[in-house]
Amino acid sequence: MNSWIGKQRNLLDFTLSSLSRRRGKTLGMLAVYTSIVFVLASVMLFSHAIRREAAIVLVKSPEVLVQRMVAGRHDLIPARYLDAIRGIRGVQSVEGRLWGYLFDPSAAANYTLMVPASPRIEPGKVIIGDAVARARSAEPGDLMSFRAHDGTLVQFKVDGAIGRESALVSADLFLVSETDFRRLFGIPEGLFTDLAVSVRNPREVGKIAEKIDAALPDTRIVLRDEILRTYESVFDWREGMLLVLLAGAILAFAIFSWEKASGLSAEEKREIGILKAVGWETGDVIRLKMLEGLVVSLSAFLLGYLLAYAHVFHLGAGLFEPALKGWAVMYPKYRLTPFVDELQVATLFFFTVFPYTVATVVPIWRAAIIDPDQVMR
Amino acid sequence: MIFQPAIIALLLASLTGALLVAGQLPFSVSVLRHWNTASGSERQLEMEKRTYLVSTLLAVVLAAELASLVLFVFNADRMSTLFVGAMCAVGTLNVNEFGFPSLYLKMAAFFAASGWLALNHLDSRGHDYPLVRVKYGALLVLCPLLLAAAGVQLAYFLGLRADVIASCCSTLFSGNTQVTSDRLATLDPAVALGVMGGAMAVVFALGRRVQATGRGGVAFAAAALLAFVAALEAVVAALSVYVYEMPHHHCPFCILKGEYGHVGYALYLPLFIAAALGLAAGICQPACRIASLTEAAPRILRRCVTASMASYALFGLVAAWLVWRSHLILMEESPINAILLNLSGGQP
Repeated sequence: MNSWIGKQRNLLDFTLSSLSRRRGKTLGMLAVYTSIVFVLASVMLFSHAIRREAAIVLVKSPEVLVQRMVAGRHDLIPARYLDAIRGIRGVQSVEGRLWGYLFDPSAAANYTLMVPASPRIEPGKVIIGDAVARARSAEPGDLMSFRAHDGTLVQFKVDGAIGRESALVSADLFLVSETDFRRLFGIPEGLFTDLAVSVRNPREVGKIAEKIDAALPDTRIVLRDEILRTYESVFDWREGMLLVLLAGAILAFAIFSWEKASGLSAEEKREIGILKAVGWETGDVIRLKMLEGLVVSLSAFLLGYLLAYAHVFHLGAGLFEPALKGWAVMYPKYRLTPFVDELQVATLFFFTVFPYTVATVVPIWRAAIIDPDQVMR
Repeated sequence: MIFQPAIIALLLASLTGALLVAGQLPFSVSVLRHWNTASGSERQLEMEKRTYLVSTLLAVVLAAELASLVLFVFNADRMSTLFVGAMCAVGTLNVNEFGFPSLYLKMAAFFAASGWLALNHLDSRGHDYPLVRVKYGALLVLCPLLLAAAGVQLAYFLGLRADVIASCCSTLFSGNTQVTSDRLATLDPAVALGVMGGAMAVVFALGRRVQATGRGGVAFAAAALLAFVAALEAVVAALSVYVYEMPHHHCPFCILKGEYGHVGYALYLPLFIAAALGLAAGICQPACRIASLTEAAPRILRRCVTASMASYALFGLVAAWLVWRSHLILMEESPINAILLNLSGGQP
């Protein structure tokens, strides 16, 4: 056992010294390899972190949403539906929600209007999200007015702004009282945008959704798990699309490493020839060359991953933000919570180290079968 | 569904590996037909050089197979959030009919590839390449297996539909349905653990004999494979239950989850390695009779047997630790329990 370890150590020593003898080539390879890992790792870290944010946000959303559909379009839902749902066993509570979108011509942006259940907001007052405050440079005490559905002006006094910590969900929020909401959009009493149902036992959610569907056939039922699943799929898909686009880069990298590994200098060839002349076997030379590849791979992987981590979590992922995040006037400013996932690291390893290793096998073998007399002549 | 990064990685690895091996088939045929160490012809020299390439490629492919087997299960477990009704890897694998066949084929490919590597290692120790024909004959079998594993995996991933309601471990391993895994779940935990212990004891007894006499490698391999099956059975019938501390949850995949500290990997990795090494011992034994391997083959045989026994011992230790730290009592009057309870710190 000890002799085996000793042998591997000597081999590793030899590998490192042979890599440092060809410093230029090694560093060039390392730089290209590191940048490939960096690009791929940035994409993965970013999309995983944002997916996690979405999951954390959605944990507190209602289990079931009920929307009324008329001719295939989302319509206002009457309050009597509330009683029908309340009668279903297992439903803990159900409440009507009022929300909608309001276009503000002066900021050229859409706000999300909501009537919060708590805290209650007094009529004439408004609490705004961080991005709204920035877009309108509004401060508490300022007045904002909008045209209502009938052309009259509705005025709001800014009561406060929501902090930046929750910007991901609250950036474009515009929280108003029920009376103001109804006046602004002309929605009569007894109608809601949709209904939020909370269920006592999470395992009954499916059954309760079925019962609501049977009792109120003109409704569409949205489950929280479905939203979560959709988010997950969407982000997976985006990440996958980007990776497929980057497949060209991976391929180019594989070709590059093939090229580098097969373009042996006369000196390297002589080195292999001498090694074989002093008694190294073909298998030993292959092992040496594979070990060189392993050293380069692991260093590049570690370095690239660390750089990507800094890029995503400390520099805001400037390079890929637009592709992964989407775009909007009222885009929230937020910092992602650092999050490293084992599966993601394993996947990344497969995407980079595996193509490199496969691409270098044949050139390594070609180098290792060189006959000593051919190169030392 | 195919756009999941982990799925792309798995497909990339398995298809590349299978195609690389398939690319060596014409060479294998020419080795089987023309190999002759006595000849000094150019063709023979070329073939001798080419064998190094094939061994290196196979080593890379095996490493990828092992890693992708782990990644496959890990990914299946992670994807369970995407399917209605799925709670762990079982649910994801049940989304279509290719899930479990894909897993079994990957396992078969892993064992076949490790057997091939053992053969290759032995062959490289003999100065006259004594096993070269056997080796390339085996490659002809290994290649279709790898291609089938890659193909079935592709079919599985292409057929993943998120709107399918999957039946998960609670219905498969609960003892109410008529499937094989059910029969395992209804097995008495004491019997399952006893069978596993017995199989291990046989493995150790045969292993000692091989170490002492250098004979009985094939019997050891058979015992090691039986112990592998018995151990998997014990995982379903008893060990997983101890981990979950729920008498009716028998899932062999949930123990891989983060909620249980990924403890399943500590069980399965030594188990798979032990079985693969046991298989390698079975391959070494017949090679001992070959003239150019009389010195090397028995040494490799002993090494494989020792390493296999050590891996089984590690598996046994992890299993005993899981039972010891569990708060669940499955066998009130069993002797194992009495021993474990007497150890200080054991959970009642």
